[in-house]
Amino acid sequence: MTKLTDLTMAAARDGLAKGDFTSVELTKDYLTAMEQGRELNSFIVETGDIALDMAASADEMIRAGKATAMTGIPVAVKDLFCTKNIHSCSASHILNGFKPRYESTVTANLWQDGAVMLGKTNMDEFAMGSSNETSYYGPVKNPWRATAADGRAETKDYVPGGSSGGSVTAVAAGLAAAATGTDTGGSIRQPAAFTGLVGLKPTYGRCSRWGMIAFASSLDQAGPITKTVRDAAIMMESMAGYDAKDSTSVDRTVPNYEHALTGDIRGMKIGIPREYRVDNMPEEIEKLWQQGIDWMKAAGAEIIDISLPHTKYALPTYYIVAPAEASSNLARYDGVKYGLRVEGDSLDGMYKNTRAEGFGHEVKRRILIGTYVLSAGYYDAYYLKAQKIRTLIARDFSKAYEQVDVILTPTAPSAAFAMGEKSDDPIAMYLNDVFTVPASLAGLPAISIPAGLSRDMMPLGLQLVGRAFDEETMLRAAHVLEHAAEFTAKPAIWWGEK
Amino acid sequence: MSVDRKTVAKIADLARIAVGQDELDPLAGELNNILSWIEQLSEVNTDDVAPMTSVVEVDLPWRADKVTDGGYRDDILANAPAADHGFFTVPKVIEQDGI
Repeated sequence: MTKLTDLTMAAARDGLAKGDFTSVELTKDYLTAMEQGRELNSFIVETGDIALDMAASADEMIRAGKATAMTGIPVAVKDLFCTKNIHSCSASHILNGFKPRYESTVTANLWQDGAVMLGKTNMDEFAMGSSNETSYYGPVKNPWRATAADGRAETKDYVPGGSSGGSVTAVAAGLAAAATGTDTGGSIRQPAAFTGLVGLKPTYGRCSRWGMIAFASSLDQAGPITKTVRDAAIMMESMAGYDAKDSTSVDRTVPNYEHALTGDIRGMKIGIPREYRVDNMPEEIEKLWQQGIDWMKAAGAEIIDISLPHTKYALPTYYIVAPAEASSNLARYDGVKYGLRVEGDSLDGMYKNTRAEGFGHEVKRRILIGTYVLSAGYYDAYYLKAQKIRTLIARDFSKAYEQVDVILTPTAPSAAFAMGEKSDDPIAMYLNDVFTVPASLAGLPAISIPAGLSRDMMPLGLQLVGRAFDEETMLRAAHVLEHAAEFTAKPAIWWGEK
Repeated sequence: MSVDRKTVAKIADLARIAVGQDELDPLAGELNNILSWIEQLSEVNTDDVAPMTSVVEVDLPWRADKVTDGGYRDDILANAPAADHGFFTVPKVIEQDGI
């Protein structure tokens, strides 16, 4: 018999509607799986009691005929979302003990629709990282392990990607039906690719940022991490929507995204940006990309070569803009209002000691970079220059979308790597986001779809980037790509056996 | 452009992060690695290019200038490391001399 925790969200929804099982039963199975999966370190806090209460309410909603597509579905929430009276620390020590007295809009939307909260997931501290190794709560282990050349499974640990590493691990290991993530430069898409999942970052402004712990405000967006494109469509619809409390959230009707999954992309124009063929791209990534192009062509799409000339400048631009905004956003952590306080010999001394002890090394590095590029005498040379190049990058995309409907690229330049492999080299780590950052800088929707396995049997993803606020066309293409790829591989369970 | 230990100390002071003397040189090295990688942006011609101010084309919404929310003093203080009589408390910032 299929385990309930193996079901997609859509299948669980149908089973709940038919009365095959209840949300309480489904939730209990996930809570058991979470307990068995603790060594993966994907959850910082488990909220089992709350989950069971919410599941019982969801069952009521279903019985009363008031169910939505999310009702009764157990989901994990990234620790970056404020959840009322529950640990919300963005995996940072500086927010030690913080329990907000309010609920983020995105999670409130999910609970309104009857979703069930399983707990808060681990992540890179303040979402700054691409491997989930910068968390104050320790690294997350990827449920996937490579297969060595002799065919034996490796026993070393791999990173799940980041920053939404706990969220993807929870879903990939069957500890949650789906999870919320946030994406600033690739933090939903790259970890989804590393764990064989679907990760969707919507257009900037689709989701309210109210109650999300800020990293870089002009880039941060919430989005779903799911097993399938259909699940992503369902969860996106629940999370999205205008919110007067976030002046950058956009007042546009949220479409029924599931209806966009028609399976028909005949005549759709798919752009292939030549600048994404970067130096030293592994052959298997190149091959997967070509395979994706062939699949889309076979489905009746028209393939068009395009140019996004400023692509190579996206990553260095990002590493000015994001740290600059972070240095400003993170100025609020001063030992006065919430979280950690470390005493000092003066008010300034208290600030400095608190921030020295509360922030991890990568976060400090980015605050220092951000402070430097914003400081007197350097603002024009760095920050203003970067914002101008950001205009050029966005312009490249606008021009491309005069010719094409969506753009197809690889999601990441490699499969998941071993833990510790890149933690000493920030730039090598930053390069993980080379294909995801441009769409972030331009505010465009993008999705990663599991598309194949590397030579050592680790998941690889392809990315589709859509026009602003046209998640529907992008999802339609993603759905077709998903079906062509027929990605059914699952990680062998090695955890929880002791 | 590159940073030396004096500059790192200055930035750290601006950012209100205590950095030990022994950390200054390693940090200068790390920051210089990143800054020299970022340096490639100088080759892009940005004459007559306006800096991006909003990533999506929207007008900021207007609302009536009215108080519509508030009154959360206790909620706001609930997470404070130190609070007293309905206020945040901080180390003394007024000099004792002359009192």
